[in-house]
Amino acid sequence: MALKGLDIFKLTPKTNCKECGNPTCMAFSMKVAQGAAQLDACPHITDDVKAQLAEATAPPMKTIKVGEHQLGGETVLCRHEKTFVSKTLYAVAINDAMDDATVDAKLEGVKKVDYDRIGERMYVEFLYVKHEDGVDGAKFVDLVKKAAGLSRNLILEVEDADLAKQAAAVAGGDCIINGATPANFEAMSAAATEAKAVLGVKAGSLDELYDTVAAIEKLGNKNLVLDATADTIKATFENVVQIRRAALKNNDRTFGYPTIVKVGKLAKDDDKMQMALASLFTVKYGSIVVMQDMTYAQALPVFGLRQNVFTDPQKPMTVEPGIYPINGATPDDICATTVDFALTYFVVSGELERSGKPVNLLISDAGGMSVLTAWAAGKLSASTIAKFFEEQDIAGKINNRKLIIPGKVAVLKGEIEAKLPDWEIIVAPNEAVQLVKFMKDL
Amino acid sequence: MAFKPASQKFNATINQVEIGSGDKKITLGGECTLPFYTFDAEIPNAPKVGVELTDLGIDETLPGLKEFYAGAATVAEQAAKAATMEGADFISIRFEGADPNGENKSVDECVEIAKAVADATDMPLVICGCKNAEKDADLFNKIAEALAGKNVLFLAAKEENYKTVGASAGLAYNQKVGAESAVDINLAKQLNVVLGQLGVKNETIVMNVGTATAGYGFEYVVSTMDRVKAAALSQNDAALQMPIMTPIASETYNVKEAIVSEEDFPEWGDRETRAIDMEITTAAACLASGSNAVILKHPASVATISKMIKELV
Repeated sequence: MALKGLDIFKLTPKTNCKECGNPTCMAFSMKVAQGAAQLDACPHITDDVKAQLAEATAPPMKTIKVGEHQLGGETVLCRHEKTFVSKTLYAVAINDAMDDATVDAKLEGVKKVDYDRIGERMYVEFLYVKHEDGVDGAKFVDLVKKAAGLSRNLILEVEDADLAKQAAAVAGGDCIINGATPANFEAMSAAATEAKAVLGVKAGSLDELYDTVAAIEKLGNKNLVLDATADTIKATFENVVQIRRAALKNNDRTFGYPTIVKVGKLAKDDDKMQMALASLFTVKYGSIVVMQDMTYAQALPVFGLRQNVFTDPQKPMTVEPGIYPINGATPDDICATTVDFALTYFVVSGELERSGKPVNLLISDAGGMSVLTAWAAGKLSASTIAKFFEEQDIAGKINNRKLIIPGKVAVLKGEIEAKLPDWEIIVAPNEAVQLVKFMKDL
Repeated sequence: MAFKPASQKFNATINQVEIGSGDKKITLGGECTLPFYTFDAEIPNAPKVGVELTDLGIDETLPGLKEFYAGAATVAEQAAKAATMEGADFISIRFEGADPNGENKSVDECVEIAKAVADATDMPLVICGCKNAEKDADLFNKIAEALAGKNVLFLAAKEENYKTVGASAGLAYNQKVGAESAVDINLAKQLNVVLGQLGVKNETIVMNVGTATAGYGFEYVVSTMDRVKAAALSQNDAALQMPIMTPIASETYNVKEAIVSEEDFPEWGDRETRAIDMEITTAAACLASGSNAVILKHPASVATISKMIKELV
């Protein structure tokens, strides 16, 4: 059960010493209860009390770290209730029954997809290396070595504890050993603990999985992920939803772990179905989605979707203020300006691109608000635009002296002309969709 | 200790709305669970997949699409072809050409096309407008009259024209009314309420709560649908219990990822593949969030999404 601010307050020294950065102990307690502050910030709470509180304030779903990646730690079932915290991560699968050429092609494909989208690096975070039945263990270890060369964290699917240890030793960093089953979990848990790896757990049914996780927790290992992949798409979807719901709605911490979903396996070599499932499990609760491949055609939509779904509703997505040349614009081409709200930027830049006309898009800091909201809040005005021009030295970087402003703030035209006397101010249409025609007619 | 699953059983139900007539008619809605949560309760009517056609014809820059419609010159012939598409449940005709700022086709011309389509196929029909509220109102009125008895859905009435569209399509000609709002639960509810005040029955309304392409503000779509379904099911809000239909293709083919050529972006690969993957990703995400029907363009997307639905329901 989540603790209330008052319960935490009772355990603080109540001295209002401000050392935690809050004005009073009560304020600090309220923040801790909401998850906005960490208990460690108070230097006066004893370790005993901390341990007692840590247990009670622990989130229903554990945060599991693999290298620099973070999984789980979610507190809500819908993003609008607060926010999702750990974005879905993606893996591409290889196995030791594949020939070298296939493996090389897959690794090459993973390397290729690596780009930036609104300040976020988009790439395949994991390689999923599977040991197939009947293949020599040495071959598996070799494959793991090779995969480690790509500097991605590895997920090793292997059910033999000794082989898992050997493979983890050459994995070149933190890894997940996905191989605990109701039959072998003791040995696998020991192997994972020894290798300091996260342990993946799977079972034939949710009941069995539940009992297995409970048994592993009894051994003292709580560094787990749950492989929710079943034989069918339907059963897998049920597993993923039930696991997440049990943790967050029923506070059942046995299922308070991130999940792995192998969509490539579920789609059975159907690329398009794999795409649909990657989308489904990004929206609904997959922590790691394992694909057969990740081409640009697949990455562009699914990474874009993920970036949207995992934005914090309380903080708008923004783009960096600056000059964005579109259609190969040079300093001699016309300028247009709009706000830094990511959605506005995408819509406006997309339409400008479609117009085919070279234009320098100038993005100023408007607090991540849309044009009208920013204007109403004073974040988009003649002064902010003039200040932006000065800070970024626009006049020095751009030779053209024409500036297009959003139609919705046509009222600013006169003021901007007063602040930027060298510039000719042109008012754009109200809606971005009208930009293509507007630019062509300009 | 056995696992005790958490259940989210609701006492409220999404309205059932029928579209079309005869053997091929479809029913949207009727579920009392979140999307695809068949483990909570049975979903009586699986989500449906429609095929997007426009009066401007087939986008011939996509080779696979062009090949599928090869030989089908008129919209009616294309509709007959679309009816054979694997996984297609209904057909949607978008009258883009009616736009006064575009080709400005006359209402009569559009009515002829709609009639020809209705004669060419017995699939349920959805009629979409040109986004000009005034022209759409006129267009929907005439098509509703011409296709009387076909039980067509008009997508959609908006804040600006709901009175005319509701009165003609909904009341006078007994067709189904779409209610379109811009990704906001309050706007969606308000439009349903005013349509109700006009006399349009809740059971004849299908909502389009707005959409976006994956990566382009899709978080608003997810949250709007999450909240609409929560209000409809857990709070039993009758003004939000209409099934949701989401046009996908009309959004996803307009973004950069689906437009730019392989020559300009060689590392991105084949353009048609990118367009299909974008369409599939957006459609699957909409269905997972609450759409009861999606409208898609490419045969590969229609086949995949309908297969995914069959696997899940």
